[in-house]
Amino acid sequence: MKIEPFLWLMISCSLLIIAFILLPLIEMVLQPTAAAMVETFQDADVLRSIFFSVSASAAAALISFVLGTPFAYLLARRTFPGKKIMESIVDLPIMIPHPVVGIALLSIAGRNHWIGQLLQKMGITLMGTATGIIAVMTFVGLPFYINTVKTGFEAIPVRAENVARSLGASRSGAFFRVTFPLAWRSMVVGMIMCMARAISEFGAIVIVAYHPMVASVMIYERFTAYGIKYSQPVAVWLILICLFLFLLLRFFSIQPKSTT
Amino acid sequence: MIQLRDLSVKLPGFTLKEINLTVEKGEFFTLLGPTGAGKTLILESISGMIPIHRGTITINGKDVSKMPPERRGVGIVYQDSALFPHLNVRKNIFFGLRYHGKTVRQSGKALDAIIEWFSLEHLLDRSVVNLSGGEKQRVAMARALAVDPSVLLLDEPLSALDPGFREEIRDILKTLHEETGITVLMVTHDFVEAHYLAQRTAVLNAGLIEQAGTVADVFYRPSTPFVARFVGMKNIFPAKFDKDVAWVDDLQFTIPHSDNRFRKYVAIRPEDICVSRTNISKIATNIFNATVMRIFNKGIFSDIRLDVSGTVFQAILPTSALYRMNFAEGETVCITFTPERVHVI
Repeated sequence: MKIEPFLWLMISCSLLIIAFILLPLIEMVLQPTAAAMVETFQDADVLRSIFFSVSASAAAALISFVLGTPFAYLLARRTFPGKKIMESIVDLPIMIPHPVVGIALLSIAGRNHWIGQLLQKMGITLMGTATGIIAVMTFVGLPFYINTVKTGFEAIPVRAENVARSLGASRSGAFFRVTFPLAWRSMVVGMIMCMARAISEFGAIVIVAYHPMVASVMIYERFTAYGIKYSQPVAVWLILICLFLFLLLRFFSIQPKSTT
Repeated sequence: MIQLRDLSVKLPGFTLKEINLTVEKGEFFTLLGPTGAGKTLILESISGMIPIHRGTITINGKDVSKMPPERRGVGIVYQDSALFPHLNVRKNIFFGLRYHGKTVRQSGKALDAIIEWFSLEHLLDRSVVNLSGGEKQRVAMARALAVDPSVLLLDEPLSALDPGFREEIRDILKTLHEETGITVLMVTHDFVEAHYLAQRTAVLNAGLIEQAGTVADVFYRPSTPFVARFVGMKNIFPAKFDKDVAWVDDLQFTIPHSDNRFRKYVAIRPEDICVSRTNISKIATNIFNATVMRIFNKGIFSDIRLDVSGTVFQAILPTSALYRMNFAEGETVCITFTPERVHVI
């Protein structure tokens, strides 16, 4: 059978892209020796930085969950003047170059800005602290959380909420007894997306806080100081641990077949 | 009783204009109209889901215009049932109890009666996701009635159902209304449903009520060309009037004697036109020779288009009669209709 040229084009482009993504990753994962992997894993600095990356990004995901969920619900359910602008503002952190994010955050947190002075009075500094890193991670991760959860809320029929209200539930009652049980999976997915984005952040973090060292900064440091061989095992461990965590979360949020 | 006074709702791109409507206590009332006429909007303003711009909504004498939905005591059943997919049938039906200070035990007997009435006993532990369309609507109705609402709003409850289920649910609605006497306001675009279920009806078009009255009144005496078309009067012609005569182009119709000064149209139901080879009717007026243009077989009935000197009439015949008469396209036949069947608008 003759295969159409257009079908060929689609298949070859797809294969090219898959190869482009997978080959470098596979190559990197396979290159370090087992001994190097074990040795790296026993390095307290490495473990600390990976743990810090994971926990700081989890904190960013939690903050996104608490603040982002009501916002995503508002965007999914209401139309109001300026909504499009608001949605664009939510997407801004995706588009801004990463170092610019860091500089922007520092410029309001500095001593010359009233917010910076206020934060200082409260004992909060962003420069060179874990707080600063979590702030950066939340900044870059929020759009992913909000957009995912907004789509999740939009998929739940307003009519189900309306019926709940007509049966006597208040606005919050309808949310917690109908909307939330139907939407929590999208919240888990949103938090995974937010965490993934937060863990991968480098450019903004390196400006706000080189220390305490997150994994991406450590990988960069080892690469510039000692070369590719020394940075690879850290990168591989970071990938493996993240993969494990995300699979775990995904597993708990898989939709049972009966409710599809 | 539901009373709407000068109800106006403004949405981007759509306005409900000064709707005045009264649904009497214990009445089954239908709101008719094509898609996009604003029928569902009226239901949603009564149930409090959308804010109203002006006017008042009264339920059983109480002004509920500014009340939140949960305090209005309005039961609502949607076309797609809107069941809660994460809860089983039992939990769906019991959902509202806690908000009315009831426990399952307290209202046990009443609940059992509702569940039995809708024949849901064997489904209680099932997931609502895999129910049939008819079962879903039965659960949705049981859920609405479990909290004893003062009025029941139905948003095209039969539209999404297969024909078999549609008849089943329609019969359930009729019996339910007869046995409980609950006030029902149902939205539909199907006049047959209104005929079967309702005492009174209102026809809505582009956010305005075109006509309200008993179902028979609206069906036989439509007051606007839109309503006439909506209730299936296929033959609507602009006409000039002179006492008991109407002129449609060069055709002269004898019409009932009444004040026809401000009338603009004549309308004749397609089933009121008699088609035959020779004039078999005893009346001497409204007899025309017509050419059979097309015949459309629609199952039990057939549409037949007839040309009378350039004016196209549409008649309906039982398909069996059509076979018996063996009309052919292009054949010249005779059409008649009695003067009292000519409706003036």
